[in-house]
Amino acid sequence: MTTQVTYPANAYPVPEEEHHDPGENTLFGFWLYLMTDCLLFASVFATWGVLYFATDGGPGPKELFELDYVAIETAALLVSSITYGFAMISAHAGRKGGALFWLAVTFVCGLVFIGMEINEFHHLIAEGAGPQRSAFLTAFFSLVGMHGLHVTAGLLWMIVMMIEVSKRGLGGKTLTRLGCLSMFWHFLDVVWICVFTTVYLMGAL
Amino acid sequence: MAHSHDSHSTYHGTVKGYLTGFVLSIILTAIPFWMVMEGDFSTSVKFWTISILAVVQIIVHLKYFLHLDFTHEGKPNTLAFLFSALIIVLVVGLSLWIIYESNAMMM
Repeated sequence: MTTQVTYPANAYPVPEEEHHDPGENTLFGFWLYLMTDCLLFASVFATWGVLYFATDGGPGPKELFELDYVAIETAALLVSSITYGFAMISAHAGRKGGALFWLAVTFVCGLVFIGMEINEFHHLIAEGAGPQRSAFLTAFFSLVGMHGLHVTAGLLWMIVMMIEVSKRGLGGKTLTRLGCLSMFWHFLDVVWICVFTTVYLMGAL
Repeated sequence: MAHSHDSHSTYHGTVKGYLTGFVLSIILTAIPFWMVMEGDFSTSVKFWTISILAVVQIIVHLKYFLHLDFTHEGKPNTLAFLFSALIIVLVVGLSLWIIYESNAMMM
């Protein structure tokens, strides 16, 4: 025979925070994750700087990189930043159609960027300037490739968010998730500023 | 914003803010690309100008796109970033200093 024990309703304190809603905590936690990601990028940037002259007699940055090509890649990423901003504004104003439209535009810009990067990598490897050619090229492929993997992850996440917004609308949790992806996407743009400055522009000096 | 969500009242992105950030970042990207591709300057002038413009552009992105500021809501994010920035400067700066100095000493 089992005994049914009933507890008074207030026996356990319900976790309740008055000044912070859970969405805000999630956004702050995700920002802290991005800060650790910053440190990961910092160590790869340091590796790039240290191995910059280790070309082993192979091709160096001046022979390999085409700045007008990189300028278009950069433009695609910059445009995707403001279109994601418009997606966030539409989402917070409760305009589902607008949010989906701007997310789709952002996705296309990101796809252009990553497509151009894969094409660049393909050309370099076909020319015999693959990551195994020299320590300099290993560092190049690690740094630019890691940024590219992040952008790819962001694009996959964006597909998931477009499905979520179209099926569930713009509830509080969906807005928090969109906010996390917003930080992720703008953070990748900041990393790209460092990449095009230290890798491509300084490489061409 | 007219129809802002209750639980996200802290969201402070505006069309004007994003457009300002976008125009500034286009200018701050175009100048270094132009300097390196077409500009007739000495290498050290180019090096320092593109470095400084990159830092300015990062600050523009942090302010207008990532909404970092020193208000009550923005402060924790900003402080976390400033701490990371310190570590980044230490990791990158000291790595380069140590490796290039030791390389020079062995020459």
